This record gives sequence, structure tokens and C-alpha cells, in this order.
Amino acid sequence: MRVEEMRLDGNAAAGALREIFAHDMTTALVTCAGCARASPMGVLMNYGGPMGVILRCPHCDTVMLRIVSTPGGRYMDASGSSVMLIPERPT
Amino acid sequence: MTAELPAATASRLDWHVASVTDVRRETARTCSIVLDVPQWPGHRAGQHVDVRLVADDGYQAQRSYSIASPPEDASLVLTVERIDDGEVSPYLCDVLQAHDGLELRGPIGGYFVWDIAEGGPLLLVAGGSGVVPLAAMLRHRAHAAASVRASVPAHLLYSARTWDDIIYRDDLEQLAKFSDVTVAFTITREAPSDWRGYRRRIDRAMLEEIGWPPSATPRAYVCGPTPLVESVATLLVEIGHDPARVRTERFGPTG
Ligand SMILES: Cc1cc2nc3c(=O)[nH]c(=O)nc-3n(C[C@H](O)[C@H](O)[C@H](O)COP(=O)(O)OP(=O)(O)OC[C@H]3O[C@@H](n4cnc5c(N)ncnc54)[C@H](O)[C@@H]3O)c2cc1C
Ligand SMILES: [Zn+2]
Repeated sequence: MRVEEMRLDGNAAAGALREIFAHDMTTALVTCAGCARASPMGVLMNYGGPMGVILRCPHCDTVMLRIVSTPGGRYMDASGSSVMLIPERPT
Repeated sequence: MTAELPAATASRLDWHVASVTDVRRETARTCSIVLDVPQWPGHRAGQHVDVRLVADDGYQAQRSYSIASPPEDASLVLTVERIDDGEVSPYLCDVLQAHDGLELRGPIGGYFVWDIAEGGPLLLVAGGSGVVPLAAMLRHRAHAAASVRASVPAHLLYSARTWDDIIYRDDLEQLAKFSDVTVAFTITREAPSDWRGYRRRIDRAMLEEIGWPPSATPRAYVCGPTPLVESVATLLVEIGHDPARVRTERFGPTG
């Protein structure tokens, strides 16, 4: 099976993001540090499988956000995202 | 930026044990699980839950399942397609029964949701079990007054392998009859000999026939196996639909 058939999207990461953020993040607008284009979190490509989070830019493939769980806590690497606009009233 | 976050103790989205009130067969390969969830806060059409199975040795498997029932209904319904070599779906379809508990958290998601107040026209495109969240949207729409529905026309294009693999077939026909939804099926493998509908994968011509012209600015929701979702979304944009109005949800290789 090709990796493109396995990928999910930011919707599948919504639960993991809600463990960290106060409200739903799938409508948050995230700007890619690679190509400077903004996308709602829900449209990012998710290569983390059903239980992980590796979100890539749909335009240039930059890894924009990763969440890794360890026994000591969760690491969130958002170095590929320059700005996140979180809607005032969560939709 | 890298942040180290506290462990899951302060989670705002807690796991609950829902009780299974019924498991009913939809098609040979799918079943619906009816749940009673304590303190369910309500949901929006299109949202999902995360389900978690924990083995005796502590091994955990977690998967997402869309909510099939509309926000108006008292019980929560999930519909699961059984993937033969899958880890979680065979358990949900074959083992789980009424009075069992099922650990879940939700409702989850805010991007792939639709509320009648957002208006339409609504263009829903599904492959396989991708029809589940779209059915919740149509069931939600059916609760609105006829005058409201008239201002939000809805079309569903649904791709299934065979006639018998069409999930909610009777229900969709009822929705077509009583809440003026246009429903079109396309059958990609064996179709009945008297089948007069589409019998090929969703293509541009089909989307032009069933969808609205871009000038009608429909809201499109596309859901199902990843390859289908990506090809339909690309076609809709090629036809001229605004990419910002084409919302997608990928279910993975199977969907
Ligand atoms: C937001 C969201 C909503 C969803 N809603 C629904 C729904 O309403 N109904 C529904 O039925 N499903 C839904 N799904 C899909 C669901 O989450 C599961 O993916 C599905 O049930 C399969 O899970 P499983 O554990 O049975 O199979 P898995 O064990 O995950 O395996 C699934 C298939 O993929 C193959 N596979 C898995 N990993 C690999 C690999 N690394 N290499 C090659 N092949 C691999 C397996 O062989 C198998 O055929 C949804 C998914 C998402 C993201
Ligand atoms: Zn980018």
C-alpha cells in the first residue's frame, strides 16, 4: 500500500489536539514556515496513523506540527508553523 | 518552537464509558452501534468520536468513528465497516453487544461539520463508510421545516462497491422522498442486472451532473477512502469550485 493511500488529515488529529488546546483546532489557520501559505489545521496532511500526529503542509510538504507521546509527557514540535490564528469563537 | 507538555491528567476531552444499547447490522460488512453516553454534551453533524480498546496487558488501540446520528437524536449512533484484517473494526462489529461498555471521547472536530444555519446548496460526496458523517448532515437537515429545507437544497453522490454494500440504502431513499434530497449512487463492482444508475468510479462528468455549477457556490463535503477523497476534491476544484468551500475528511486506505 502506498503512503499516499494511508494518509489522513488534520480532522483525525482533532482529538490529540484537544488534549493540548482549550478548544477545537481544526478550524485554526496555520501558516507554513516553509511556503508561508495558511491552511485550516483540518486540511493538513496527517502521516501519524490513527494514533499519532504528523501534520504536513498540503502545498509544500513541510512538517508543520508533530506530537509525540512519551511516558514523561507529550512533545509538541511546531517549528514548521510560523503563526496560528485560533478563531475567537470556536466554530 | 518545541514545548514539553504536562501528562494527560488535565485533559479537557475526557474518556467516558458509553453503554451499548444495540448493535444492528446495516450491510454484510457494516454494523451500527447505538450508544448511551453519560453527560453527552451534544454534537454537530460531521463530528466524530475517538474509540479506545484496552487489552488485559494494557495494549491500547485507538480509532476515530464518525457520528451517524443527528444532533437532534437522544442516542449516539456509530456505523462501522468491518475490515477483515483490522485491529479494531472486527471487534466492534463481531464481538461488541448490547449491555457492553465502550470507551470513547468526543464529540471531536470543527472543520468537517455542517449546520443548517450555514446554508447551502449542499453537495455531499461519499465513498464507502464515508457516507456516515454525511448521513448525519442529511438527517440534521431533515429535522428543519420544509421552508428552511427548500432554501438549502442537498445532493448526495455515493460510491459503493455493490448494491448491497450501500449503507443506509432504505434510509437514504426515505430522505430523498420526504426531505427532497437528490441521491445518486454509483456502483463500482457488480451492479444488479436492471441497474440503471452510474457504474463507474466518480469522475468529472458525474460531478458536473450531480453537483451544482460553481456559480451556485455550493458547500461541498467529501468523505471516504483517502484516494477517493483526494481525487474528488481535485476534480471539484478543476471544475471551478472554490477550494475553500470544498471540505474533505480522509478515512485512510479503507474508508
Ligand atoms: C475522522 C475519521 C472518521 C472515521 N469514521 C469512520 C466511520 O464512521 N466508520 C468506519 O467504518 N470507519 C471510520 N474511520 C476509519 C476508522 O478510524 C479505522 O481506520 C477503520 O475502522 C479501520 O480500523 P481497524 O483497526 O479495523 O483496521 P487497521 O488495523 O487500522 O487496518 C486497516 C487496514 O489498513 C491496512 N493497514 C494498516 N496499516 C498499514 C500499513 N502500515 N501498511 C499497509 N497496510 C496497512 C490493514 O491491513 C487493514 O487492511 C474514520 C477515520 C477517521 C480518521
Ligand atoms: Zn508549505
